[in-house]
Amino acid sequence: MRFFKGFLLSVLMMAFMVFPVYAAETIKIGAILAVTGPASFLGAPEANTLKMLADEINSKGGIKGRKIELIIKDSGANPEKAISFAKQLIEEERVFAIIGPSTSGETLKIKNICEKGKTICISCAAAEKIVNPVAKYVFKTPQKDSFAARKIFMQMQKMGIKKIGVVVGNTGFGKAGKAQLEKLAPEYGIDIIISEVYDKKATDLTALVTKLKAKGVEAVVNWSIVPAQAIIAKNMRQIGLNVPLFQSHGFGNIKYVKAAGAAAEGIIFPAGRLLVADVLPDDHPQKPVLMKYKRDYESRFKEEASTFGGHAYDAFMILVTAIEKAGFDKEKVRDAIENLKGFVGTGGIFNFSPTDHNGLDIDSFEMLTVKNGRFVLLEQK
Amino acid sequence: MSTELFFQYIAAGLTYGFIYAIVAIGFNIIYNTTGIINFAQGEFVMLGSMTAITLNAFMPLPLAILLSVLITMIVGAIMEMLFFRWLESPTVLRMIIITIGLSIIIREIALAIWGENVRALPYFTGNEVTSVSIFGAHISPQVLWVIGICSIVVVALQMFFKFTRYGRQMRACAANREAARLCGINAKNMVTLSFVLSAGIGALAGCVVSPITYSQYNMGVPLAIKGFTVAILGGLGNSMAAVAGGLVLGILESFSVWIMPSAYKDAISIAILLLILFFRPGGLFGRKEELALKEF
Repeated sequence: MRFFKGFLLSVLMMAFMVFPVYAAETIKIGAILAVTGPASFLGAPEANTLKMLADEINSKGGIKGRKIELIIKDSGANPEKAISFAKQLIEEERVFAIIGPSTSGETLKIKNICEKGKTICISCAAAEKIVNPVAKYVFKTPQKDSFAARKIFMQMQKMGIKKIGVVVGNTGFGKAGKAQLEKLAPEYGIDIIISEVYDKKATDLTALVTKLKAKGVEAVVNWSIVPAQAIIAKNMRQIGLNVPLFQSHGFGNIKYVKAAGAAAEGIIFPAGRLLVADVLPDDHPQKPVLMKYKRDYESRFKEEASTFGGHAYDAFMILVTAIEKAGFDKEKVRDAIENLKGFVGTGGIFNFSPTDHNGLDIDSFEMLTVKNGRFVLLEQK
Repeated sequence: MSTELFFQYIAAGLTYGFIYAIVAIGFNIIYNTTGIINFAQGEFVMLGSMTAITLNAFMPLPLAILLSVLITMIVGAIMEMLFFRWLESPTVLRMIIITIGLSIIIREIALAIWGENVRALPYFTGNEVTSVSIFGAHISPQVLWVIGICSIVVVALQMFFKFTRYGRQMRACAANREAARLCGINAKNMVTLSFVLSAGIGALAGCVVSPITYSQYNMGVPLAIKGFTVAILGGLGNSMAAVAGGLVLGILESFSVWIMPSAYKDAISIAILLLILFFRPGGLFGRKEELALKEF
């Protein structure tokens, strides 16, 4: 019996010694995503997208003959968890690169950790601070949030709107949006005559929209997530405040349109082109990428593709493209990402440079609106 | 301020007030028979509306609401039988802590069943943009539904407690449990009945407010906090007082938005609650002596 135990132990030890040899043939890619928790609307489609892409690439033989080993960590949008997962992925798992995190708060917390660990991090979060100031190893794929505000103001100029009301939920997202809007409004000659914050758990906002009505605003900008972004739309229409309602790029999920029902009609918001992939002109350079991603995602997961999953798609494919160009050396891959030009992703056409680790310009946003319960391009309406 | 706007703020206040009130009524029934605050009341509201939304996919709305109210009542009964009935010395503190634990468990189970998606029942009449015009103010027909159902529940409860045998037995338990037992009333059954009633009213509240507020696994907490505030404000244990308390708070909140940034809306309601607790601990419409009878 003792012999048997000893035998078993030695077999186990051998297995452990042998294992890394097999592991060396794969390439480890870590991901820190908010699969559950308050930001699951970001993290869940992102995680699905990564799994789908890894399977697809592995079934074709991997990258340059090496299979991808995907390690997804669910942070639940908790920055503390993101920090410990980042350390674990860099120090213990020794991953080649990290995709994510899903939220800006988490990304800012792990920015320095990735810098110190010399590990590439391609974030799926929006905040401009992630890439400004530029950190050597940190990139991001979603459009900068200031673009969303600029795009809204440009649209207002076109419509001749001068006096607006800004209402935001009391979340990090809402407050950041309010700051951007207030900073950029003067540049476009737009006057914010009332600016209000409401509780993110508000059950009804009739009193607030009454106040907006009393001030005589010509348009309303709302910066929040569900359910408030649907409640504000309903309450505005119910009390007969019939001015244009602009929402943030956070409105980019058809589920939110369903939640707001008839009140969603005519809401204007900036978003990437994924939501309107099927109505894009056929010669648009992004059309093939968008249609493929949308079809693949929707047939596999039986739910509508969202722009958020698209951010993970871009992050992953940028990394894969860079590895294919530069091989398996982390430093060379980092340089390859920094010099990547004309990469067509779901978010837009990426042109990275040493000073721009986002690579997207303002045209990556399109103004969309809701018509008959579907997203359409505003100009097509 | 024009009269039209004035009435619009009143309409907003009515909306808030009746949403709070219909949640608050549920607190009172359990409080009346056991002297405890059921912190899982918000979860009854959530369960009711989420169940109705799920059922509504298979059946017409009235039937879905009826079934979901029944299902939530059964959940309430099971809850009481599993966690409260066998308690040897049911002190108030002990029972309150059990309700807090239960609220967390129900919430987590709901998260596992329904996920984090935001859903809603359809508007009972009209749709998201319909409104009725009264004195120049616009109000959603759903608010009228809330007001109507809330009134029916209040009247029905008054009748139940005054004129039915079980209602009178429940009141007897509330007044003096020992004496009620000596008269041959099964006090334990009365407690179960109070949980069933509370669960049913909570579920009905959840269904009727769902089109306005939306439903999510964690919707119960903020609603329960406001409902609790209103129940205390009016005077615990009295449904009419809860409605009055709801209206006072709702209208104050609504007008506070007119004068101050809306970010302070909740701070104002809590400040009012504190003032009332300092100066009228029994609530606006409650009597101090009545409160002293309870163990609380």
